[in-house]
Amino acid sequence: MSDKVLLAHGSGGKLAHEIIHNNFLSALDNPILNQLDDSAIINAEGKLAFTTDSYVVQPIFFPGGDIGKLAICGTVNDLAMVGAKPLYLSLAFIIEEGLPIKDLRKIIASIKETADEAGVIIVTGDTKVVNRGSADRLFINTAGIGIIPPGVNISGHNAQPGDAVIINGTIGDHGIAVLSQREGLGFTTKLESDCSPLNGLVAEMLEVSNAIRCLRDPTRGGLASTLNELAEQSGVSIRIEEDKIPVREEVGSACEMLGLDPLHVANEGKLVAIVDAEDAEAIVARMQKNQYGRDAAIIGEVQEEHPGRVVMKTRLGTSRIVDMLVGEPLPRIC
Amino acid sequence: MAIANDFRRSELVAGLVRSINQHATREARFMEFCGGHTVAILKNGIRQLLPPAIALTSGPGCPVCVTDNADLDKAIALARLPNLIMASFGDMLRVPGSSSSLQEARAAGSDIRIVYSPLDALELARTNPQKSVVFLAVGFETTAPGVAASVLQAKKEGLKNYYILSLHKLCPPITKVLLDSGEINIHGLICPGHVSAIIGSNPWQFIARDYGIPCVVSGFEPLDILQCVDMLTQQVARKEAKVEIAYKRSVTPQGNLTAIKIMEQVFQPAPSCWRGVGKVADSGLVLKPEFKDFDAELNFDFDPGPTKTQKGCICGDILRGVKTPQECKLFRKVCTPMSPVGPCMVSSEGSCAAYYHYGEEDVR
Repeated sequence: MSDKVLLAHGSGGKLAHEIIHNNFLSALDNPILNQLDDSAIINAEGKLAFTTDSYVVQPIFFPGGDIGKLAICGTVNDLAMVGAKPLYLSLAFIIEEGLPIKDLRKIIASIKETADEAGVIIVTGDTKVVNRGSADRLFINTAGIGIIPPGVNISGHNAQPGDAVIINGTIGDHGIAVLSQREGLGFTTKLESDCSPLNGLVAEMLEVSNAIRCLRDPTRGGLASTLNELAEQSGVSIRIEEDKIPVREEVGSACEMLGLDPLHVANEGKLVAIVDAEDAEAIVARMQKNQYGRDAAIIGEVQEEHPGRVVMKTRLGTSRIVDMLVGEPLPRIC
Repeated sequence: MAIANDFRRSELVAGLVRSINQHATREARFMEFCGGHTVAILKNGIRQLLPPAIALTSGPGCPVCVTDNADLDKAIALARLPNLIMASFGDMLRVPGSSSSLQEARAAGSDIRIVYSPLDALELARTNPQKSVVFLAVGFETTAPGVAASVLQAKKEGLKNYYILSLHKLCPPITKVLLDSGEINIHGLICPGHVSAIIGSNPWQFIARDYGIPCVVSGFEPLDILQCVDMLTQQVARKEAKVEIAYKRSVTPQGNLTAIKIMEQVFQPAPSCWRGVGKVADSGLVLKPEFKDFDAELNFDFDPGPTKTQKGCICGDILRGVKTPQECKLFRKVCTPMSPVGPCMVSSEGSCAAYYHYGEEDVR
């Protein structure tokens, strides 16, 4: 057997069967997936949440994760951000011919591990192999279904003046960890991506409070873009304080060096929560007990004036607008 | 971040602000030459800390912005040549030329790579021996030594496929032109920190001497800038005009002699076209004759086409310090970072982009 993925592996013939059985099914084994019918048949009751995302991160292995872990966390987190309990995921691979089988296996193992941690199962999948140059090593698409518990109503439209803004930890770790691996950037760091499934953390937050109004994961575009989206959707302004936003020293230094703003750098294991101010401290206290919320902090508040604007009080005591990231200053990171 | 935090300590900020208030007995307008300073001033809300008597105005110090359309068109035409890799700093890609941009050329199939240093471009030349690699050398005295070093290295290695398109510009000559024009009325110059780290503070002496304008070289942290403004304010109060350095950890009067030597070994001054100003004698750098094999302009046959200027765009006036971005009819309406009309809205050091992103209207 070849030690690399060949075009023929995507042909639908014997080799295709072989790659699916030997790599995907053996690792992701579960009764629904094992049926191998054209669609997965699942039971679900209640209000469903449904989402999809594609993953094209480069490099496919980076400190703290890989494209497989990212593909699970990203979709699990999108479900968690509407308060859903994630249950079932689809998994589609577009592979550039020549990808080493051992890399494929490593990524599938990582998918399995992350899915287990998040408590989701892969119920359907697809594999395509394309000519060299038609893709960059490996692209993954996942879609996910989750169930929203009764009484939970979380949406970007729900922020109200007076609400508190919470982040679950340090910002910019993922973007800088991935950038540090890029050819030509030439800086080394021990920093790891924060890539992680946040559904457990969200479930704990929901146990503490029924006044969680908005949740969003600040991935591409960073915290700044997420806050702007929420301010826009809810028709409010958000005022944050620079001093209160957790930023690792390595991330701060790398940003200074590269001319980036940590507020614009991508995260893959972070969430912004806008909650009733009365519940904020209890929520943060609970978050800090979870491994993915240890550095959780209240970073600002929702205000009425200047709807759609995000304003930051700087360390100097002055104020400035925090704008969305425009364009893609650097190559793709998720 | 530890360093950055040291330079943002609130008690030090308060001390400098007190001193500025105390000395600001007369109205004074200071020009920050450098786009990096414009960004730092807006990003940190520094104007909010200054007394009404002190005004800050932006200057021409954004290398991407001052690059003329005719030069951008050359870069775009070169990038379209077959079998050629154009290596460029990321900022240049989105800058609109007369009728296109490098970004559009890339979408149409040109091989354009973003690099962070000319040495990355050199590496591209080594690993792609069958192709020509052209480094788009845009920048002030800050970047010129690095580019010069890449040319020297290419010569040493006998690389035959490495070229540069030198659009380098020099800061003191353009400052002289601006002051001679009589268009701007400034009482102090915030001299560029990174440029001065290379050339030293001495090349600014003529401004203090001949024009009676105080000059202080500044770093880019909020405290650096406040210290610089404080020193300028004190000079104005004492009616002095001298060159001082508020960025001693990086800048000396003589500059970086090694960098200057490399730059002078490879480049010679030449006329250069500045957006909004036009051709200025000895304000650019071209390769010396002995390095002509590395000069993209001399070694490729390309047609940049007719030069056109963007209608309604006042980037030229903004770069001369005559107007502010808010005075532009296109600002925020037609011209945004998503669809920039002029370069000052594209570059990360451009005044329009800085005002757009960090603008101080209605935030307090």
